[in-house]
Amino acid sequence: MSVPRFWRKIPQRYNLIGTQCTTCGQYFYPPRSLCPKCRRSGCIIDHRFIGEGTIVTYTVIRSASDQFENTTPYVLAIVELDEGPRLTAQVVCPPEEAKIGMRVKSVFRRVTADGESGTIHYGTKFVPVE
Amino acid sequence: MRDVAVIGVGCTEFGEHWGTSFRDLFVTAGTLALEDAGVSGEDIDALYVGNMSAGRFVEQEHIGALIADYAGLATNHIPSTRVEAACASGGLAFRQAVIAVASGMEDIVVAAGVEKMTDVGTGASVDMLASAADREWEGSAGATFPGLYAMIANDYMHRYPLTREQLAEVAVKNHENGSKNPIAQFRNRITVDTVLNSSMVADPLRLFDCSPITDGAAAVVVVALERAREFTDSPVRVLASAQASDTISLHDRRDISTLDASVVAGKRAFAQADLTHKDIDMLEVHDCFTIAEICAIEDLGFCKKGEAGRLTEEGVTALNGDLPVNTSGGLKACGHPVGATGIKQIYEVVTQLRGEAAGRQVDAELGMTHNVGGTGATVVVHILGV
Repeated sequence: MSVPRFWRKIPQRYNLIGTQCTTCGQYFYPPRSLCPKCRRSGCIIDHRFIGEGTIVTYTVIRSASDQFENTTPYVLAIVELDEGPRLTAQVVCPPEEAKIGMRVKSVFRRVTADGESGTIHYGTKFVPVE
Repeated sequence: MRDVAVIGVGCTEFGEHWGTSFRDLFVTAGTLALEDAGVSGEDIDALYVGNMSAGRFVEQEHIGALIADYAGLATNHIPSTRVEAACASGGLAFRQAVIAVASGMEDIVVAAGVEKMTDVGTGASVDMLASAADREWEGSAGATFPGLYAMIANDYMHRYPLTREQLAEVAVKNHENGSKNPIAQFRNRITVDTVLNSSMVADPLRLFDCSPITDGAAAVVVVALERAREFTDSPVRVLASAQASDTISLHDRRDISTLDASVVAGKRAFAQADLTHKDIDMLEVHDCFTIAEICAIEDLGFCKKGEAGRLTEEGVTALNGDLPVNTSGGLKACGHPVGATGIKQIYEVVTQLRGEAAGRQVDAELGMTHNVGGTGATVVVHILGV
């Protein structure tokens, strides 16, 4: 991902900041700038999520794109945040421990890097809740 | 709206065409389709080309013009348009051709699809295919395409009775069909053990659950039905053309294991054609992964959710079953040159309805195609009949 494309969403990626439509109350992560329900009558504000949620489904990636190949195997999951929205993120745990329905919380982690001397992409991963 | 028919089809062999370029693949398929239709270049009013990612696979954009040029049609100055909807690009190109003819704007239109995927390495291919999902919020987290469908499979198997062996039966059946298809990339039969012993790609999907990386092109000639008899005694009618969209990301879907766009496009197609499920004799569905064929059969309404695995195991979807699915070998065995797949599905149904499918021939008068973009953000469904 290009540097500006990554940079412009740093607050959202680092701190799990999404949005909320104050007209209908719905939360969005990944952030949306238009509420699909209220559309032009919606009012969108930033919202920082608490970062706790549940694994809806998951997989263990064994064969990845070049950018992620040196980190395989890794657990990839769809996590439903307690506020409602779902997102795709890695779960830091041994592959055999991942389960549907498992409680997880967000952590700040290195996700990938653009080669040896390129930008390091940090972001949100999840870890099991003890 | 005018009635529309297909009067000619052509397809290259699907596979790894190291010696053949992107443009030559298209020219081969287009020439076969025109010969089959008995149409000459001067007759063609317009061209629609389905292509997912020539910009990244062969570093070439402006595909509409390139294809028209090398097909010898540039000096006729026909309108030529590239259509893109990831892996549904071909189905969508066909739909644009159908709309152009049905509307009365054009009489004779070529719909084609082409993809040249082997000019880049596998890692780069995997990365490109992931761009059919949300690059910023799925791909950036390390999601691959097999990974996304693996998450569908895990959700499905958590909620419905589908065994790992039943999932493997999808690939076994499609390789069996592919073994009888002269254009298929894989013409070898496999067993359930072949699938279960292949390397894990993304749990629970193994290598033999996944469609391959493929070069190939397909083309069909679409005309107003009222003019079809000028060219052929066996036109195949387009009875329905439906398309639906959904969220780009899998995580935003109403239900992870149901492709709502398949449900909606299927219903729209049946309504357009005024047909029911029992009227359909064969299906070509988008089995980019084994789980995708299971979902497709159910989401199109041919059985209830949770039943397609058992139907596959019982042979209902085999060549000699009550509802043959993917007689071509599907994406799994015939191959999946992404932009060409949707057109190849039309090619296969037309070939079957004309009774020209030789060793894999089924008894069919009505066939349905189902072409998916991404994890179900675009679905295109067509019904064809004689």
